[in-house]
Amino acid sequence: MEDYSVIGKRIPRVDGLAKVTGEAKYAADYEMPGMLWCKIARSPYAHAKILNIDTSMAKRLPGVKAVITGEDFKGWKWGWMPKTREEEPLAAERVRYLGEAVAAVAAIDEDTAEEAAQLIKVEYEELPGVFDPEEAMKDGAFQIYDHAKNNISWDFHMDFGDVEKGFREADLVREDRFETGRVITGYLEPPAAVAMYDSSGITIWAAKQSPYFVYRHLAACFGLPLSKVRVIQPFIGGGFGGTKNDSLAGDFCSVLFSKMTGKPVKFVYTMEEVLMTCRRRHNMIVFNKMGMKKDGAITAMESRVIADGGAHTAIGPLTMYLTGCMSTLPYKLPNFKHDAYRMYTNNPIGAAMRGHGVTHTRFAAELQMEMMAEELGIDPVAVRLKNAITAPHETINKVTVKSCGLVEGIETIADSPVWKDRGNKKQKGPIAHGVGMSATSYLGGARQRGHQSCAAVIRLCEDGSVDYLTGATDCGQGSDTVLVQMVAEELGLGMADVDIKRVDTAVTPCDAGSYGSRVTVLAGKAARKAAQDVKQQLAVFAAEKWEAAPEDILFKDRRVSVKGQPEKTMPFDQLAKIACYSGSGAVILGRGYSDYGIDILDFEKGIGNCGTSYSFTSQLTEVDVDLETGFLKCTDMLIAHDCGVPLNPINVEAQNQGAAMQGMGQAMYEVFKMDHGKTLNASLVDYKMPLASDIPNIEVVDIIAEDPDGPFGAKEASEGAIVSVPPSIFTAVHDATGIWFKEQPLTPEKIAMALREKKKNG
Amino acid sequence: MEMKAIKFVLNGETHECLVSPWRTLLEMIREDFKLTGAKEGCGQGECGSCTVIMGGKSVNSCLVPAVEADGQEIITIEGLKKGETLHPIQEAFVAHSGMQCGFCTSGMIMSAKHLLDGNPDPTLEEIQEGVSGNFCRCTGYTKIFESIGAAAKAMKGGE
Repeated sequence: MEDYSVIGKRIPRVDGLAKVTGEAKYAADYEMPGMLWCKIARSPYAHAKILNIDTSMAKRLPGVKAVITGEDFKGWKWGWMPKTREEEPLAAERVRYLGEAVAAVAAIDEDTAEEAAQLIKVEYEELPGVFDPEEAMKDGAFQIYDHAKNNISWDFHMDFGDVEKGFREADLVREDRFETGRVITGYLEPPAAVAMYDSSGITIWAAKQSPYFVYRHLAACFGLPLSKVRVIQPFIGGGFGGTKNDSLAGDFCSVLFSKMTGKPVKFVYTMEEVLMTCRRRHNMIVFNKMGMKKDGAITAMESRVIADGGAHTAIGPLTMYLTGCMSTLPYKLPNFKHDAYRMYTNNPIGAAMRGHGVTHTRFAAELQMEMMAEELGIDPVAVRLKNAITAPHETINKVTVKSCGLVEGIETIADSPVWKDRGNKKQKGPIAHGVGMSATSYLGGARQRGHQSCAAVIRLCEDGSVDYLTGATDCGQGSDTVLVQMVAEELGLGMADVDIKRVDTAVTPCDAGSYGSRVTVLAGKAARKAAQDVKQQLAVFAAEKWEAAPEDILFKDRRVSVKGQPEKTMPFDQLAKIACYSGSGAVILGRGYSDYGIDILDFEKGIGNCGTSYSFTSQLTEVDVDLETGFLKCTDMLIAHDCGVPLNPINVEAQNQGAAMQGMGQAMYEVFKMDHGKTLNASLVDYKMPLASDIPNIEVVDIIAEDPDGPFGAKEASEGAIVSVPPSIFTAVHDATGIWFKEQPLTPEKIAMALREKKKNG
Repeated sequence: MEMKAIKFVLNGETHECLVSPWRTLLEMIREDFKLTGAKEGCGQGECGSCTVIMGGKSVNSCLVPAVEADGQEIITIEGLKKGETLHPIQEAFVAHSGMQCGFCTSGMIMSAKHLLDGNPDPTLEEIQEGVSGNFCRCTGYTKIFESIGAAAKAMKGGE
């Protein structure tokens, strides 16, 4: 690797100071003079026709300025694809999940708005509900949408090679049913915004991890050109996909209220609204069939996936795509068939979450592969190494892998003392210790349909400092820091010389968003290109002064010099001054955009690259299982992660650790308890996320597999570990108990019951 | 409902004001004093994002009635810095990447301060216990433990 100044260094976060002092302002921290508060009235039924809405009592409450219902949006709907535009800001005729927004009020303060929302009287005619995705598919199930026969919201099918032939060639074929959990993304900052509608259009300070989604939605909803929609990004209190990558009733309603009243309007959701109504991970049932030779080679895999999509389609088509197109990694798979069904139910909406789509099917395939290896007497490491891909590799569905640290990752796990000592079963009293592993892959630089590039603009200030404008959002993952590192490195400057401007759609270049681990890869490429553009423009001035060729001008350590002539050198800021004041004075403005991912992607058939590069995560997990009570504690994790090249190792560690704990919550205890569409545990008291006292010792090892396409060789580092954690916990519990569990979350009750069953059956 | 007159010290300054018995300490701090470092995450005393120190103890300010501030000394995240100089805990959180999205950070640092004020040399288990009332969804907590450990060391003179 080259000798870099800031790339590859453990650089503190650029937003650290603002965040540790309380200075960082989040959407709910904004207020404006004369501001009104918006509150949403929500349906108490999971499925019902709206017969009548009486807003008169709410309107009469002193302090109430306006009340709106679905009709005020004149039938406008939005969705992820043109043919899935089915969600209304406020449901006008029919509610399809409990808590769906039906009306809203604007009042002089939050309490008044809350009180008024409760005074809205809605007359409903309750309809039969459908809550189980397998029931929803059956003939005769109540149809939630008129257009969707058998309640299929989206289906996706892949068929490559010949699975039947593959199964015939196998020495062992196994079929299992797996279930993945219904969990919340878990950001602590509830969605919020302050909106203003005036003669210059819409201005909104909104808690969005991808501000350009709401930018487009608001323009469409209010019939404004995009130039009249200004989304200004505050600091964002966590995203993790789903809700903050989409628009909300509160966004549309607060803008409409501002249009009606001429006042700024604010809304902040409560945590109950978040847990009751916001986007959550799809829970899925995965029927998996795998064929394996005696030597462990996988001959074929067939998956049938049924996902609980909830009331609307949202980003579900991409979810279903990812459940299949990524199944051909990280192991060689000559024959693969995949049938995925996203079902409408009257539950809250399933959507994207970190590890999007991939975590479900990889969980199933990873466990099943190890179950079969066990039956065939093959070691967990051996079966993985037997099937592991190496770069370069093209899968049967034309996913191309250019860099791959999978084998090295698996070997790192296998070489660890804990793994080597795995044969010595450890038990203290009723506590059995188990060791398990997994090896998985995730995409970086995700592509979806339509616009997907990132862009950057770099403005050189006359004193040599730099303004860097990006449309990418740091919702906590640390992208602002790594992007500034890239700009600084390219220009030969220090971190303090580069100032990143957060998204303001009036100023920053359009960006698809912060999802699918795309920011470092795609916004990073754009940042580098913009910095290179600045260098090219500046080099002309240096070349003129020194009578050298512009391509021989070097930028390093805040100095500019001529290649091979070290005596010709000056500080960077001096060259900036020369450029800005010579002759008429130049305006140095660099620009660049990413152009990865322009090869073919067949979204219908699942052919082609869904990302621009792929990370590989190998993981060892240790657990303690109480064989009497079923209590499960995760004690240690070793994560060998190939993110290409870690551009900021401390942030890469932090991302892996965070993703791992989110994955641990999902694997071990997080789950929404549902009853006929009602979320029973819609509070953080009852919905359990990992706490400080639950945290295992987590060691992260960087596997270096420089990617030829990644900026400075980088791939993704934020989602791999959420895919690797659940299967590694389940294999560890199997090691401790001898039992294969197939359903998330792995609660003490499930473990205790299975142990009792095992004892009974001898 | 009758307003109540209260007097308290907030980040070193004495204040007297009238508050409604329904107002929470968090609302008073954020809305009346415009100190928005303390956050409302859950509003139920579960997430810890609203943690401040009152009377030497860390409290969930979303659960404390503002009237209880009467006669108390309150410190919020905004009160930790001395001029331009960060508190050692703040320094450590920056240096060790103890925050990601930052929403829990104010509360986390105030819980850490309460811990270290009473126990300058905590073990890992004591650190975990000390911040077990504060949710963080981003970091997986490990870097937070490292930050608090480093702060403890720095506050003892770095030995």
